[in-house]
Amino acid sequence: MTGIADAPTRASAVDDANARRLIDLVFRARELGIVAVLALLVLVTALIEPRFVDLTNVQFILVDATIFALLALGETMVVLTRNVDLSIGSVLGLSAFLSADLFGHHHGISIVLVFVVGSAIGVACGLVNGFLTVVGRVPSLVVTLAMLYILRGIDTLVVGGGQVVASSLPNSFIDIPRRTVLGLPLLAIVVAVVIGAGAYYLRSFRSGRELYAIGSNPDAARLAGIPASRRVFTAFVISGGIAGIAGVLYAARYGTIDSTAGSGYELQVIAAVVVGGVAIFGGSGSAVGAAFGALLLNTILSALYVLGVSPFWNQAIAGGLLLGAIALDRGISLQLAAALRRRRTHLGA
Amino acid sequence: MPAGPAGTPFCMLAMTEPEPLLSLEHASKAFAAIRALDDVSLQLRPGEIHALVGENGAGKSTLVKILGGVHLPDSGALQIDGEEVVLEGPAAARDAGVSIIYQEPTMFPDLTVAENIFIGRQPLRSARRIDSRAMTARAAEIFTRLGVPLDPARLARGLSIAEQQIVEIAKALSLNARVIVMDEPTAALSAVEVERLFGVVETLRASGAAILFISHRLEEVFSLCQHVTVFRDGKLVLSRSLEGLEAADLVHAMVGRELPERIPQEQSIGKPVLQVERLTREGVFVDVSLEVRAGEIVALAGLVGAGRSEVARAIFGIDRYDAGRVTIDGVVLRRASPAAAMAAGVGLVPEDRRQQGLVMEMSIARNITLASLTRLRRAGVIRRAVERRFARDWAARLQVKYGRLSSPMTSLSGGNQQKVVLAKWLGRRPSLLIVDEPTRGIDVGTKGEVHRLLEELAAQGVAILVISSELPEVLRLADRILVMREGRLVAEFAHAAASEESIVAAATGQGEAAA
Repeated sequence: MTGIADAPTRASAVDDANARRLIDLVFRARELGIVAVLALLVLVTALIEPRFVDLTNVQFILVDATIFALLALGETMVVLTRNVDLSIGSVLGLSAFLSADLFGHHHGISIVLVFVVGSAIGVACGLVNGFLTVVGRVPSLVVTLAMLYILRGIDTLVVGGGQVVASSLPNSFIDIPRRTVLGLPLLAIVVAVVIGAGAYYLRSFRSGRELYAIGSNPDAARLAGIPASRRVFTAFVISGGIAGIAGVLYAARYGTIDSTAGSGYELQVIAAVVVGGVAIFGGSGSAVGAAFGALLLNTILSALYVLGVSPFWNQAIAGGLLLGAIALDRGISLQLAAALRRRRTHLGA
Repeated sequence: MPAGPAGTPFCMLAMTEPEPLLSLEHASKAFAAIRALDDVSLQLRPGEIHALVGENGAGKSTLVKILGGVHLPDSGALQIDGEEVVLEGPAAARDAGVSIIYQEPTMFPDLTVAENIFIGRQPLRSARRIDSRAMTARAAEIFTRLGVPLDPARLARGLSIAEQQIVEIAKALSLNARVIVMDEPTAALSAVEVERLFGVVETLRASGAAILFISHRLEEVFSLCQHVTVFRDGKLVLSRSLEGLEAADLVHAMVGRELPERIPQEQSIGKPVLQVERLTREGVFVDVSLEVRAGEIVALAGLVGAGRSEVARAIFGIDRYDAGRVTIDGVVLRRASPAAAMAAGVGLVPEDRRQQGLVMEMSIARNITLASLTRLRRAGVIRRAVERRFARDWAARLQVKYGRLSSPMTSLSGGNQQKVVLAKWLGRRPSLLIVDEPTRGIDVGTKGEVHRLLEELAAQGVAILVISSELPEVLRLADRILVMREGRLVAEFAHAAASEESIVAAATGQGEAAA
């Protein structure tokens, strides 16, 4: 032996278990932290302005947040693979207009069919995103940024100067976001179940875990024989499809759709995903966390509105929250690294 | 702690050679104009550890990638169990029973250890859901079999290189792989970890696996392997039983020439360049005082984790220190400022050249000029012609073997990358050069060149501080050897008085009285 190397590194199972508990705690703390901030926010706002916790207002916040949380599920799947989908706002806008427009042209069209059309529009956009990213090997940031502009352009072209107004939509459609069960919006319940299912899929199925693996180490994923291209492609298609459905929901929620519908949603959704603890460079995070992130962001914006804060502050505060979340992430990972290092030094001695 | 044997005597060869498990016939592979692998035939037999050695760029990695299904050979055939197979993709290689343990760890840091082992083939329960409990249990069972106490449920983030390799081996075991290829598994391991790894590899061999073991350390080849194959320039130059072979034979086959022994040269040692006085960093190193004179090569020896690299980092200003002082040419150096250290004429060639020494995506030329840009600019503008001339000049002086200066660093072999790091610092004409592990992961031939370079530098009056875990290197290079143990300097040897035994004794604390 030439190496006179090392002090012994004893990796004892006890220390490993400690490290694991630490890591588990940190991740649970993340979702708990969001819930705590949310609770505090609601409490303080309600004390200043009791109308904030009116049943109607709460229902409104939940329905609005629902659309974002749904978009966040699709975005999470893409971001986990170390990609990003910037086109969802434009996809939502296009799908919202085209699907709502169907009611004007085909009286008595089935609402289910409208949803199918909306999701098909989204899936088509997702196919393009996925194809260019996977087969064309263009960074998804560029592909989806281009799609953001192209789809918005198409939207403007199709809508022209006009818009769809609520009066042209059937009541049964407008009512979708207003239906409640025991005071809770039915839509929020359905979407919560969908997000729960999505989170379960990501956690408990091979293909779901492979999304994490791809984002965690793309080269290793390839060497491990994971069909990375197919998985990333699928993530984009799902994200697109979800954005398409969200577009139909948007139409039902707001009734009035012009060519700017959904502008800027992509950034708000990405903000929600990051605030919810999904690593922007992939590999970790959960769909549930992302949904909570969306809920928190929406609640803050709504609280600011109720409190009469100038809308100017809305975006500044959303940005501040994003920075805070990232600082927290960074802090946690440094702490974690330091803890693991300390453990190593102990053993090395 | 598994206390496996560090190797088996090679007289244990079976009387009749078993049929090869894997057989590669006349395989060739070219990338653009370069023939990476040229008509190579190789047999791996069950129960045999087969060493593959060769200089960097000899074609070893290409062979590994062919066996791993990453590359398809341009021509030639591959047989496993006597049946011809075509490995199209890593999954195909895996299914054929071939497991590769790559040089660069291929972990998923965000997944658990158990998932890292079973990714893509996790055990399932109803409705095709992952059965995490069974997965963790099976991983735990493999670790027990290997005799290593790793927690399968922890995240892979933070695992040491040695632990990552154990996970890779566990993966191979979980696949029931019968052919296991290990690409320089010991490059980043300490002696204790190497021993543990050897124990595990020996267990695998005894259970009938065919193992291809790639290493730059010939002692490892002799202590672990039964058969050896030598590659040179993409061709197979030697393949036979290790019995009756000596290290010099392998070196000769690898480089095609004898390596010169150290040329003893009377260097004129000048006045002190670096003086370190009672340097202390809480919990890392204590009271370290040392001196390096112009024209002198001083080696810092010791166990990994003894604080050697940390002292170097503190001198260079990357890390803070709590007490003591560093002077260069008699002037006190501002602490925690690499810029000040560089201005004072200090250069640091870090241990991990890929991460810390080079910008891998940038061109060779840009890497060479990186530390000298202020010198190359005129009115704040860096002219391309000037930059190229500077880079070409230094690349030539260090005999860097490159295709084009504008190619990315990744196009160079490890040894040539290290020469570029050296060129980068030499371009600044430093008065003190600190070199951390100068030849880690570098083949024998280039190793000698790097040693010669350092000696030439010293002869030109540069003070050199070398940190190395390889004793032959320390003994060959250093005029003086300082030994660190647990953050303290514990012994000093003049070149003539040093031996492997005395250094090991001082580094491990057994030679307390003697030192």
